[in-house]
Amino acid sequence: MALDDKKSRFKYVGTTPNRPDGVDKVTGKAQYGADITAPGMLTGAILRSPHPHARIVSIDTSAAEAIPGVRAVVTGKDFAPVEDQGFADIGETCMARDKVLYDGHPVAAVAATTPAIAKAAIRAIKVEYAPLPHVTDVDEAMRPDAPVVLEGRALEHVPAGMSQNVTNTCEFGHGDVEAGFAKADLVLERSFKVAAAHQGYIEPHACMASVTSDGRADLYCCTQGHFFVRAVCSALMGMEASQLRVTASEIGGGFGGKTTVFIEPVALMLSKKSGRPVKLVMTRDEVFKASGPTVHASIDCKIGMTKDGRITAGDMTLRYSGGAWPSGTIEMGAQAGFAAYDMPAVRTIGWTALTNRPKEISYRAPGAPQAVYAVEAVIDEMCQQLGLDPLKTRLKNAAAKGTLSSYGVTFDEIGMVATLEAAQAHPHWSAPLGPNQGRGVAAGFWFNFGGNTCVTLNINTDGTASVTEGNPDIGGSRASISLMAAEELGIRYENVRTIVADTASLGYNDNTDGSRVTFAVGLATIKAARAAIKVMCERAAALWGIDAEAVDWIDGAAHPSGPNAGKFPPMTLAEIAAQSFQTGGPIAGHHEVNVDGAGVSFGVHICDVEVDPETGHTLVKRYTVVQDAGKAVHPTYVEGQMQGGAVQGIGWALNEEYIYGKDGRLQNAGFLDYRIPVASDLPKIDTVILEIPNPGHPYGVRGVGETPIVPPLAAVTNAVSRTIGKRMYQVPMSPPRILSAIKGA
Amino acid sequence: MKSIQVSTTINGDPVEFLCTPDEPLLDVLRNRLGLTGAKEGCGTGDCGACSVTVNGRLVCSCLVLGVEAEGAQIETIEGMAQGETLHPLQRHFIEKAALQCGVCTPGILVAAKSLLEKNASPTDEEVRYWLAGNLCRCTGYDKIIEAVQSAAAEMRGEV
Repeated sequence: MALDDKKSRFKYVGTTPNRPDGVDKVTGKAQYGADITAPGMLTGAILRSPHPHARIVSIDTSAAEAIPGVRAVVTGKDFAPVEDQGFADIGETCMARDKVLYDGHPVAAVAATTPAIAKAAIRAIKVEYAPLPHVTDVDEAMRPDAPVVLEGRALEHVPAGMSQNVTNTCEFGHGDVEAGFAKADLVLERSFKVAAAHQGYIEPHACMASVTSDGRADLYCCTQGHFFVRAVCSALMGMEASQLRVTASEIGGGFGGKTTVFIEPVALMLSKKSGRPVKLVMTRDEVFKASGPTVHASIDCKIGMTKDGRITAGDMTLRYSGGAWPSGTIEMGAQAGFAAYDMPAVRTIGWTALTNRPKEISYRAPGAPQAVYAVEAVIDEMCQQLGLDPLKTRLKNAAAKGTLSSYGVTFDEIGMVATLEAAQAHPHWSAPLGPNQGRGVAAGFWFNFGGNTCVTLNINTDGTASVTEGNPDIGGSRASISLMAAEELGIRYENVRTIVADTASLGYNDNTDGSRVTFAVGLATIKAARAAIKVMCERAAALWGIDAEAVDWIDGAAHPSGPNAGKFPPMTLAEIAAQSFQTGGPIAGHHEVNVDGAGVSFGVHICDVEVDPETGHTLVKRYTVVQDAGKAVHPTYVEGQMQGGAVQGIGWALNEEYIYGKDGRLQNAGFLDYRIPVASDLPKIDTVILEIPNPGHPYGVRGVGETPIVPPLAAVTNAVSRTIGKRMYQVPMSPPRILSAIKGA
Repeated sequence: MKSIQVSTTINGDPVEFLCTPDEPLLDVLRNRLGLTGAKEGCGTGDCGACSVTVNGRLVCSCLVLGVEAEGAQIETIEGMAQGETLHPLQRHFIEKAALQCGVCTPGILVAAKSLLEKNASPTDEEVRYWLAGNLCRCTGYDKIIEAVQSAAAEMRGEV
């Protein structure tokens, strides 16, 4: 039987059943990170630096230790150094050693019998600091005379003579850029600034650790990847991975921000020292100050275009800072910037520099929104100057199958052209606009990811199936995985239950990131189901007394493959499962793989805004998201990803930013001053799902979740710029910035 | 700080607890009574994830003191379903995919129920403004508004 064929007609995939965790989540039963408790549990708290940059002269914890009810105190000295630089950096974000590197950097922690005692103990710790000069802006950090955040961290290929803050540089592209510009009728170069934004998940980081005196430990935490948590924490604690079991709680949003650890090693160390379970939960203030926001960026983008709209060359320089430690996000930005277009000549140069800010962590398509924003804004301004239609111009330059991309890959089947055409055909594109209103459009791109994946699928004797996977479900993936298992096995969706297992129960699974879960875990689930089907065909063949090769699996039952195989009525999965104890024992399928073949995804967003000329306030009046999702396994959840990502991008475009004072301290560490969009800020977000199959997946699934945050920065910018008649070169476009543009020259 | 004894009613059940005078109702619910359906997203009244009603009034339980529960009627997400029967809002939230991560969902459900008790036929705009105190970072709010409206229609007997 052919088990590798691609499927294009579906019975369950593409339907929209209720999610298996729905009832728990609407009744308050679902257990998130802060909801987990254990007998005898202590409460942890963390003392954080008020300085953006200082040497720690001394830490005196004696007064704290003397408070009744305080059971453990931890500082950086409790953690032995680790060799792996990446783990060492993460360890230092959890607890400073010699220097504090940002406002909010942890310096000590306590565990006590009550939250009130823990807070009092934190206040009783005396830290003497020797403040150092600080730098929080990427352009300032790159100057040769800038305060140095960390020494000796530049990679070898970074040119000599630069500030030590510059840790990495990269270059992507092809063709002769200068020759390309020479062919252009218009060459436009613009500079942009993009503020750091926070993922803004509603659930703060939370964990509960329990370490025993014989060296075993259990850790419960809200995370996008408990296998990575185990890897980091076991390294920092000097434990073997087998002795640390990590269980992912339900997760209250992550968007990339929960792909690392910020508090888990501290909770483990507090538990180790106290001999008691310890719960550690961040406050919102701590989340903003000391978990990972995005990079902030400074960008120069130059594009050449003929007067009929053909791009002749693109050249961009990106300067990103991921805070106080080296960051790799620049490479993704530099690759993604021009990826939507067929560029005859293109060059993107990236720089990354250290600043006295918290360590950046991924946020939905990390690095791409910033770079794509610059490209899409310059293209829009060129269309205005040349009197060209922005969608037709993008179509003229759209990447397609066979295009050599700006990052060196030659594209397979992709949806850029289809996405632009669908945007053009959408009624939104031709709808009339009112006074003080304008329309912007922008495209976006994301790579998507596959990665390490391990799935077990058990056939139960009552004819149902249990799928065991290892990726925290952040937006309905258990439903999607169950749908794919049902599809492949040929049983009803309701007869499949998918659970997310702990680190002891499966092989390593990469994080829930890179829009990988529905694609990669789905692929592994399909392959695990096919492995179970193979066993079931063998069992049926044995019962029939024929060769296993002479059995086909059709619609949930074994069938003799033809008249020559013998005349037997089909044997259903339930019948085979019921007899499994007599035919060789339990039936299961497994699949372990490092998945390749993720399909890139493109989106086009149309945005209408109304700008109040008196206040500079912008209201989004209408918004449409068009995206190539590949096969949409659960179309309603795909829409939800497109809407949610777009709204995060709208928030970034209009409001959201990390604001540092001259004192190097974060000035808006709360939801009142770091304002994410609320329901009354927004219109309906219309969606159009295109399904261009990904050749790298048996059902054609692509990643969906990240692409939708890429176009909004430029879509909103282009709409605002066209409304006010002045181009905007900075996000967020907060009211004062728009007013100043309106009132400026 | 010396604890105070408080007698109250939660989801119809008589409840007594001890809490310190400065202890938020949210902490009492979560840490002392095991009612962890209300979530702490901010602790400053900005996110609405801890929404409950006190004597029928919608509040952020992080901004109410535990001692203020004395003699009051408190309703939380745990009291919304009747046995195995979900409230129409709960059912429509699942069916309309109005939740992704679900951590804001208890607060939004409590707030939406409170709206529909005051206004059985809200406009979309009224729903959006009523829920403006409840942050959701996953959905972009669209499907939440749809779910509230379809539940409201069912509760009005229109479906």
